[in-house]
Amino acid sequence: MDFSRLEINRRTALLTSAAIAANVINPLRAFAAETPRKGGVFKVHYGAEQRQLNPSIQASTGVYIIGGKIQEALIDLDAAGKPVGVLAESWESSPDGKTITFKLRKGVTWHDGKPFTSADVAFTAMNMWKKILNYGTTLQLFLTSVDTPDAHTAVFNYERPMPLDLLLRALPDLGYVSAKHLYENGDIRQNPVNLAPVGTGPFKFVKYERGQYIIADRNENYWRPNMPYLDRIVWRVITDRSAAAAQLEAGDLHYSPFSGLTISDMARLGKDKRFIVSTKGNEGNARTNTLEFNFRTKELADIKVRRAIAHAINVPFFIDNFLGDFAKLGTGPIPSTSTDFYPGADAPQYPYDKAKANALLDEAGFKKGADGKRFSLRLLPAPWGEDISLWATFVQQSLSEVGIPVEVVRNDGGGFLKQVYSDHAFDLATGWHQYRNDPAVSTTVWYRSGQPAGAPWTNQWGWTDPTIDKIIDSAATELDPVKRKALYADFVTRANTELPVWMPIEQIFVTVISTKARNHSNTPRWGSSTWHDLWLAE
Amino acid sequence: MRILSLAGRRLAASIPTLLLILIGVFLLLQFAPGDTVDAMMAQMGGGDAATAKSLRQFYGLDLSVPAQLGQYLWRLVRLDLGYSAIYGKPVTTVILERLPPTILLMTASLSFAFFAGLVLGVIAARGVNKWPDTVISTVGLIFYATPSFWFGLMAIMVFSIYLQWLPAGGFEDIGAVQTGLWRTLDIAQHLVLPTLTLGLIFLAIYLRIMRASMLEVLNLDFVRTARAKGLDETRVVVRHVLRNALLPMVTLIGLQAGTMLGGSVVVESVFSLPGLGRLAYESVVQRDLNTLLGIVFVSALLVIAVNFFVDMLYARLDPRISAEG
Repeated sequence: MDFSRLEINRRTALLTSAAIAANVINPLRAFAAETPRKGGVFKVHYGAEQRQLNPSIQASTGVYIIGGKIQEALIDLDAAGKPVGVLAESWESSPDGKTITFKLRKGVTWHDGKPFTSADVAFTAMNMWKKILNYGTTLQLFLTSVDTPDAHTAVFNYERPMPLDLLLRALPDLGYVSAKHLYENGDIRQNPVNLAPVGTGPFKFVKYERGQYIIADRNENYWRPNMPYLDRIVWRVITDRSAAAAQLEAGDLHYSPFSGLTISDMARLGKDKRFIVSTKGNEGNARTNTLEFNFRTKELADIKVRRAIAHAINVPFFIDNFLGDFAKLGTGPIPSTSTDFYPGADAPQYPYDKAKANALLDEAGFKKGADGKRFSLRLLPAPWGEDISLWATFVQQSLSEVGIPVEVVRNDGGGFLKQVYSDHAFDLATGWHQYRNDPAVSTTVWYRSGQPAGAPWTNQWGWTDPTIDKIIDSAATELDPVKRKALYADFVTRANTELPVWMPIEQIFVTVISTKARNHSNTPRWGSSTWHDLWLAE
Repeated sequence: MRILSLAGRRLAASIPTLLLILIGVFLLLQFAPGDTVDAMMAQMGGGDAATAKSLRQFYGLDLSVPAQLGQYLWRLVRLDLGYSAIYGKPVTTVILERLPPTILLMTASLSFAFFAGLVLGVIAARGVNKWPDTVISTVGLIFYATPSFWFGLMAIMVFSIYLQWLPAGGFEDIGAVQTGLWRTLDIAQHLVLPTLTLGLIFLAIYLRIMRASMLEVLNLDFVRTARAKGLDETRVVVRHVLRNALLPMVTLIGLQAGTMLGGSVVVESVFSLPGLGRLAYESVVQRDLNTLLGIVFVSALLVIAVNFFVDMLYARLDPRISAEG
């Protein structure tokens, strides 16, 4: 199969659908008639600073939003959510799934002028993706070596079969390449290049002023002809959400990504003609709100109690009154935005039913005492979002109505992770599960037994189930996409039946962006992507 | 000489205080669950247990608490504030980068609060129980009762969004690289709203203190004597009353230097200023112990320096104070 021709078709498709999408967002403007304007400074709200900016060693949107403009991945997703080559031009898997060959793009140079070659890919894969990168270490667990038969071919050798579609869906996030010549000596984590990244991307790092701003300028030697359009991107560090909203209104910012403002400010700016407030361009960054049960707590080890708790909470009411348009009812660990794996809502669901909740609790042997109480629980909410805090309070109130008083224990980030994922000092915990395009990348670790204590966002509930472990392991090495999808449907059914974690709400991050911006939100992970085609109208 | 010995005694007395503060903060932070590696994991969105272990070793977090404290104090003796886990730079560098905005903001706010408070307090005291007093006291009360983040946001709404007179935040304009006088003016422009926001609460306090102490001094015998000598009222107020009424005001500066550092966290967040207050907040959230202790050390030095300066000013205003030692 000729992959390079296929890719041209994909790119054409991308451009067309981007134009259509733009017209859907704002039908009053005729984008088709506009020619991109070169120049301009795009100003971005940056809510939380990072310790380092290299996406090859840290998978998080906080790093992608800067590092993803400077460094590039082998693969990105196109408008339809399908893999499209960036630094890789084509790819091919051997029939046994143990060898995957990437043909790399020629004529690409690093920002310091050195050529980009397969040696860079081999070095990054073996030393960063496999050893340091969060989620990457799991994905590349069975990667044994990367061969480089010539400067533009990288051959990945796996000990066990690696499904090609799994790797392609993972690489947009977990496939950023770093320059070998800058990292081969010394400790990769402490390399100063991590704070002044050098890449092959459309923008070159200029300056990082801690607490104030980060600047990147146009790469004049970028491999996509005539791109990028912007002269400069400035990320302004603004930790206060209300202050960021004010600066958008004052015209000091063009873009606030990943639900960076308060829910009320986003709703208010949605009515302002100068801004577009939408979930578009974040489909690849879906997340679900969770309720995590600690099986070490006697009452919660009882499945009837877990189901009763789920039945006791009126999720649609919560969504309508507190989250508004930005959320919808979830059906399980795989969100409906995942077109490749979403199994529908066939798995067991837990609609609001207070009587049933009470009956289940009685049945489990936890009858109401003289004071109307059955037993009490401690709930630890993660501090990352307004919605989590609201949800914790809502769970507390809902459970008190069925005789379970809940104490909400609030912590900051470090404290939350330590108490839940290292010390297991919780009964209930709630936070976000972030879905990363393939359940094997982001989701199955929440359910697979045998996760070491202290690894955040993994199965730390003390739940062990050989059935689900077997499904997870077979799906991770299944090469047939149809069979993989079926296995993940079984996975969702089992997860929803046993309910070690409940994922009742689906959300997509919200973007607030100036109407002056063009070619934005045109891919499912746009906030993280390269922004090579983004431009600003006068 | 007397002044110098007073200075020496004051400085010597502050060293144990400083040590106690540092040990206290160190131990307090041990009570917070989670360490810098947990915070790092939170930021990364996940990682495995082996990575966490090697990171803990790297930052010396696998040692016992007394050993960590001992190490820290020993480094401090050699004037080494250590290495920041979040910023990947020596703490001294990190703090020196953040110090100028905070010092500028504090000095500007304190001076504004002090002088505006002084003038308003004198006017209120001169017209006690008449309309100027009522107006000034009411406004003062409003300033005092309003939280500063609300003031800040309202100021941004009015002056930045609607009128577009002043920038909504930041320390200087990033778009244009400026030097010399233009840069000074640019920074000054960015500091107007934060200074007012931080200063208003303190202004309210100063004006009340000034009003009260003016009223008190105005009733003392020597003022009556001065008036009886036939001095005109302005002269009485400026030469006799003001100097004596200033003592409590000056005391307050010393006390409030510390409070102001605390208050600057909110103002620095609302106006996105890269100052010490926000740095302190971030280091608590990120459990960056070295940076936090470094900030405590530097702010304690600042407060001690301000108090020292106040003591000296005292001696100048009231010669009896230095004579006592």
